Amino acid sequence: MSGSILVEKVVRVQVSMKLEMKDSPGQLVAALKPISDVGGNIIAVIHHRDPDSSHHMLNVQIVLALPEGRLDKLVALLKEQGVHIQRIGKERLLYKRTVVLIGHLMHTDLSDTVDQIDSTGFAEVCEISMSMPAINERSTSRVTIKATNRADMDAALAILRRVAQQKSLLLIEPLGEIV
Amino acid sequence: MKAALIGLGSVGRGVAEMIAKKDPGITITGIADSKSGCICDEGIDIAAALEYKKRTGMCGEPAISAMDVIKKGDYDVLIEVTPTNALTGEPAIGYIRAALAKKKHIVTSNKGPIALAYRELTTFAQKKGVALRYEATVGGAIPIMHTLENGLSGNKIIAIYGVLNGTCNYILTRMAAEGLTYEQALMEAREMGYAEADPTYDVKGIDAAIKLVILSNTIWDSGAKLADVDLTGIDLLTPDALRLAEEGDCTIRLIAEAIPGKKILRVSPRLIEKNHPLVVEGTLNALTIETDMAKDITLTGRGAGSIETASAIIGDILYIRDHYGKRA
Repeated sequence: MSGSILVEKVVRVQVSMKLEMKDSPGQLVAALKPISDVGGNIIAVIHHRDPDSSHHMLNVQIVLALPEGRLDKLVALLKEQGVHIQRIGKERLLYKRTVVLIGHLMHTDLSDTVDQIDSTGFAEVCEISMSMPAINERSTSRVTIKATNRADMDAALAILRRVAQQKSLLLIEPLGEIV
Repeated sequence: MKAALIGLGSVGRGVAEMIAKKDPGITITGIADSKSGCICDEGIDIAAALEYKKRTGMCGEPAISAMDVIKKGDYDVLIEVTPTNALTGEPAIGYIRAALAKKKHIVTSNKGPIALAYRELTTFAQKKGVALRYEATVGGAIPIMHTLENGLSGNKIIAIYGVLNGTCNYILTRMAAEGLTYEQALMEAREMGYAEADPTYDVKGIDAAIKLVILSNTIWDSGAKLADVDLTGIDLLTPDALRLAEEGDCTIRLIAEAIPGKKILRVSPRLIEKNHPLVVEGTLNALTIETDMAKDITLTGRGAGSIETASAIIGDILYIRDHYGKRA
C-alpha cells in the first residue's frame, strides 16, 4: 500500500484530460504541442477512435504533468488548436477507480488482498477507508486503486474480482468511469 | 377492437378500469381469472364485472376457464396479465400459444413467457401474422420497447444499463438517506407495499435479471436465458457501504447491464455517481440505452403500479390497432 505516505513537495501537478479533435494526419501532434509549450510532459495517451469512421473525430485521453498554475494557459492553447476538451481531471494520481468490499476483510487477510494488486507492478491500492462495526461482523471498506491506464485498471479489477470470489467478499464495482 | 382479458389481479383491474374510464375503442368480450370466466361477444360491462369480482372473488362462472375464453371467445387481442412464473412461464405460455394458434394478437405484462420462450413465441406470432407485444414486462409505464422499436429503430444498440427493480431501488434509497440497515429498509418496503412477504425474487436480483434477459432478446435476439446472467443481489449490503459511497459523492444502485461486445450480461450492486442519470429515487425505474447515432438515451419513470402498467398495456393494444388495423 503506497497511500500512507504522501509527500507534498510536488510543484508539478498531474492532470488527465479527455480531448476530441479532427482525425486528420498531424492533428494529434499539433494538438499536443501546447503541452510542451507550457512546460508540461505527457505521461500517457489513450486513443479512442470512433468505430464509425465517417465522424472523422478522434477521442484521446491524456495524462500529463505540468508546473502548477499553467493549466489555464494550456486550456486556452488547446482551444486555439481547435481541440475540444471534454473533461479535465485535476487529480494528482493517474487512472483511479474506487470499489467497495464487504465481508470478513481482516479474517481473510486484507494485506494479502492489497498485495495481490500492488504486486502487479502496474496497479496499486492507494487508499482504504474501513469500517468494522463489531467483532465477527462483516466489515466494509472503500478501496481506491490507481493504475497507469485503462487496460491496466481492467486487469487490476479482474484480479480483485477473482480474489473477492476466493475470499467470499462482496465486491461492488463502479459503473462507468468514476475517477 | 375486441379484447379478452386473462388475469384480474392488480394489473388486470387497472387495465379494465382504464379501458372503461377512457373508452379508447377497446371492447372487452371475455374475462377470466384463476377461478372463473365470462364471455360476452357484445362486450362485458366492466364496472359490473369488477364489482362482482370484488364481492364474490370471481369474475364469472366457475365452469368457464381462461382457456375457454381464449379458445371460444370472439376477440382480436389477448391481454395476458396473469402473475409471472419465472420457472415455467405457465400457465401463461399455454394461453399465449393457444391464442396465437387462433391468429390473435397478444399483449402481455407477464415476464415468464417472454423470458423463457421468446424465440418460440415470436416466431409463432410471425408465422401467424399477428403481434406479440410486451411493453409492460420491463420498466412498467416507461415506453422502452416503443422507444427501441420506433424512435431508435435506425440505431445500433451498443449497450443497456438500467435500474429495473423498484423494490431494490427503494431499499437502497432508504439505506442511503437514513442510514438504515438492509433489514430495516426491507421491513419499511414491506410496510409500504413495495416488497413481497418473500422478497427473494426482488432482492437477489432475479426480477431485474429476467427483465434484462427480455431486453437482451428483444434488442439482439441473443437467446439469453436467466442462467446466463451474472447475478449479485443487494441483500448483503451494509449501511457502511452506502456511507462510504456517499463520502465519494457516489451511491449504490442495483444495475442491470448488457454489453454484447464485451460479453457482459450482469445484475449487480454498483457504485455510481450521485448525479448520474440512472440514480433515481424510491421505486422509480430507469434505463440508459447506448446507441451509435443517438448516443445515450435515458428513460425514467414508474416501474410498477396498477394504472402505470395499464398505460403500457393500452399503448400496446392501440399500437396493434393502428398497425394491424385492417384485420383487427
